[in-house]
Amino acid sequence: MKITLKVWRQKDNKSKGAFKTYQHDHVSPDMSFLEMIDVLNEELTRKGEEPIAFDHDCREGICGMCSLYINGRPHGPLQTTTCQLHMRSFTDGQTITVEPWRAKAFPVVKDLVVDRTAFDRIQQAGGYVNVNTGGVPDANEIPVPKKVADEAFDAATCIGCGACVAACKNASAMLFVSAKISQFALLPQGKVERKERAEKMVAQMDAEGFGSCTNTYACEAECPKGIKITNIARMNREYFTAMLSSYQVETKGGGD
Amino acid sequence: MKLESKIPEGPLAEKWTKHKFNLKLVNPANKRKYDVIVVGTGLAGASAAASLGELGYNVKAFCFQDSPRRAHSIAAQGGINAAKNYQNDGDSVFRLFYDTIKGGDYRAREGNVYRLAEVSVDIIDQCVAQGVPFAREYGGLLANRSFGGAQVSRTFYARGQTGQQLLLGAYGALNRQIANGKVKMYNRTEMLDVVVVDGKARGIITRDLVTGKIESHSAHAVLLCTGGYGNVFYLSTNAKGSNVTAAWRAHKKGAFFGNPCFTQIHPTCIPVSGTHQSKLTLMSESLRNDGRVWVPKKPMPGLKSKDAMNLPESERDYFLERKYPSFGNLVPRDVASRNAKQVCDEGRGVGSGLAVFLDFTDAIKRDGEDTIRAKYGNLFDMYAQITGENPYKGPMMIYPAVHYTMGGLWVDYNLMTTVPGLYALGEANFSDHGANRLGASALMQGLADGYFVIPYTIGDYLATIGWNDKIGTDHPAFKEATDAVNERINKLISIKGKKTVDEFHRQLGLTMWEYCGMSRSEAGLKKAKKIIQDLKAEFWTSVNVLGAANELNQELEKAGRVADFIELGELMVDDALNRTESCGGHFREESQTPEGEAMRKDDEFAYVAAWEYKGDNQPEVLHKEELKFENVKLTQRSYK
Repeated sequence: MKITLKVWRQKDNKSKGAFKTYQHDHVSPDMSFLEMIDVLNEELTRKGEEPIAFDHDCREGICGMCSLYINGRPHGPLQTTTCQLHMRSFTDGQTITVEPWRAKAFPVVKDLVVDRTAFDRIQQAGGYVNVNTGGVPDANEIPVPKKVADEAFDAATCIGCGACVAACKNASAMLFVSAKISQFALLPQGKVERKERAEKMVAQMDAEGFGSCTNTYACEAECPKGIKITNIARMNREYFTAMLSSYQVETKGGGD
Repeated sequence: MKLESKIPEGPLAEKWTKHKFNLKLVNPANKRKYDVIVVGTGLAGASAAASLGELGYNVKAFCFQDSPRRAHSIAAQGGINAAKNYQNDGDSVFRLFYDTIKGGDYRAREGNVYRLAEVSVDIIDQCVAQGVPFAREYGGLLANRSFGGAQVSRTFYARGQTGQQLLLGAYGALNRQIANGKVKMYNRTEMLDVVVVDGKARGIITRDLVTGKIESHSAHAVLLCTGGYGNVFYLSTNAKGSNVTAAWRAHKKGAFFGNPCFTQIHPTCIPVSGTHQSKLTLMSESLRNDGRVWVPKKPMPGLKSKDAMNLPESERDYFLERKYPSFGNLVPRDVASRNAKQVCDEGRGVGSGLAVFLDFTDAIKRDGEDTIRAKYGNLFDMYAQITGENPYKGPMMIYPAVHYTMGGLWVDYNLMTTVPGLYALGEANFSDHGANRLGASALMQGLADGYFVIPYTIGDYLATIGWNDKIGTDHPAFKEATDAVNERINKLISIKGKKTVDEFHRQLGLTMWEYCGMSRSEAGLKKAKKIIQDLKAEFWTSVNVLGAANELNQELEKAGRVADFIELGELMVDDALNRTESCGGHFREESQTPEGEAMRKDDEFAYVAAWEYKGDNQPEVLHKEELKFENVKLTQRSYK
């Protein structure tokens, strides 16, 4: 296959970026999208041109490190991660535009690499159960109905890639945040702190500069792990319930 | 230097309890006077950093990824073993210990492995308390499945994403300590050297991968939780970023490297599709619970999945079931891999010739497609995604690939390397899996080391040295190490040769796979040694790294790692040459039974090979730690 790539190149966070066009003549349909860039990068290196920087690691669709906004869609035309997208999803001669995630809360680091530490800070605000190592009850002491465990699991499969933010016209992170809030709101182990957790995580999400949800469902349509929008409904319920009771949370930033 | 394993005296079942009592403690109020560095945030690193933070130590944690949650533990699929005996099928701590020692082909320490089995039950309790959504039965209790090398169901799992869920549990615990101010997290930061003064580890030198800034960090102790080195083979199931650099730099500063040639080749991976291939994808071995492995009895070159469906039973060879009737498709990984290689060497491979079938037709007939989907849905999806074929409609094709490295930094019972104050946890150490790791044991070991071993053993060292025994980053040793790191980076950037980093890496990988992979011989290994030495010389004169040192430079990162892999590759070959027996993942062609099964030489090789670095291009020196077996009888493994 032969393709034309229009790739966003940006030296660093302070520099201005621009699209650069590359003709790529050595593409096999069995290549993953990232392998296609690997091959291009080796060609660029041989020509003395700096290779394109992009994030990736496990290349099996689970670490959440790869990103890329491909032809106007996060992770490209399929509902999967970019590392699991193969060139057989494109046609010979096609022009493919590759951009970094675009969101205020995900500043560009270089080329296609963005800074997603905002997600870490949201998790640090309360995305856990407050237990220390040791001294916990036997694992089978609290039965959890299979249906509940499965639903919690469905939410817990979020890989934190940020496609939901990139897909959303408001750059909202509510699918990401609601997945964690849902997992713990459903399981008995997480229920103890559900209110405080919802308040703190939502407050941090706002402080990071993510937008609000206006129910376009774009996040659900693009989520490589199929996280359901019903999680956002659950998060809203958790949040409102929390706000109606007495928990008070200090926020670290401006909010909206 | 004499290697002291520090295995406590006394009966096996009492060793750890007694040892915990004998270890010195750090008073709760004094813990805040100690600084600990944790490198790597996978299961071992995240659980260690979180647990030490909870205890009150000041922790600095480092990962090269953009978030600690990306560490490659996240990709583990199948499950985690624990001797809970929830299934009432005869499991016990001793049985898990026994299976692990036997599975490791009697090349691990009894004391370590027993401790691992003992704390395995606590791990499950801990993870459930953190809200890890393990698979459950309809009654609400935890579900189990069986795994290779065991005849009981003791594997806990979270669909095919067990590693992800366990890591997110540990990541949550880590985040909690970051929020509490007890752990300071450094993302996108790579460790490039360890600083040793007066024979003790005092800190590390790091590179900020975004700005290129070289920084010094000092501490009372340094924990390397940096994973394995499977990427020395270029193609492996490891993440692209997985590397040996931290462990290798520690090795060069005095930490012995244990059993470097012990590599695990996983039998169920998706076959290679072309030269562009950048990594291999594993299909969890749990698939062997329901999938049947076969090839045609007669060579049928290029046989495809869809045509295989029509091949009558009489023309199929279910070679694992035939040769190993009692374990069948659930033989340990090394046995399954070697047999797959053997049938392909006989010309009976399918597809490209380097593949065998893994067939679910019978399981789908027996249990229905929905049941199979519920058990393995995400694995089937992944297979379809990568190969473009539907595994519900025809058998999968699989082939072995490098997956895990049992070798690693030598550590004593306290997980300390031969450098005092420098520890290695998880896959980065050599300790618990002997010459072969059983499925679902890596997650167990990573979390055992981080949650339940290091929190006890580190206190003994810290209490012994005292909090005043710390050296600041203004010490000349930090300056010296920083200069060396800078010099190396500048050298890599200034060569501006003709070959890309990946070209060197691929060449190294092919050499290792060919001569130091599933089957090794003296002649092949000697050839490999020469190739690697030449490759090293060529690398340092003709590698091409563009860009600058003071910016995000992924080629520079790769170049530093590949340089270390090349040196490690040579040590692996030396270790494989030295061990003229077959054992576990290490199959020496000169050492096999008349039936072609691996043959150990217990009278000569029942030891851990620990290698000492002696300087650039100097031969490393071998130290032997004899393994004593008081509770198990050494037998040739038989899964027949």
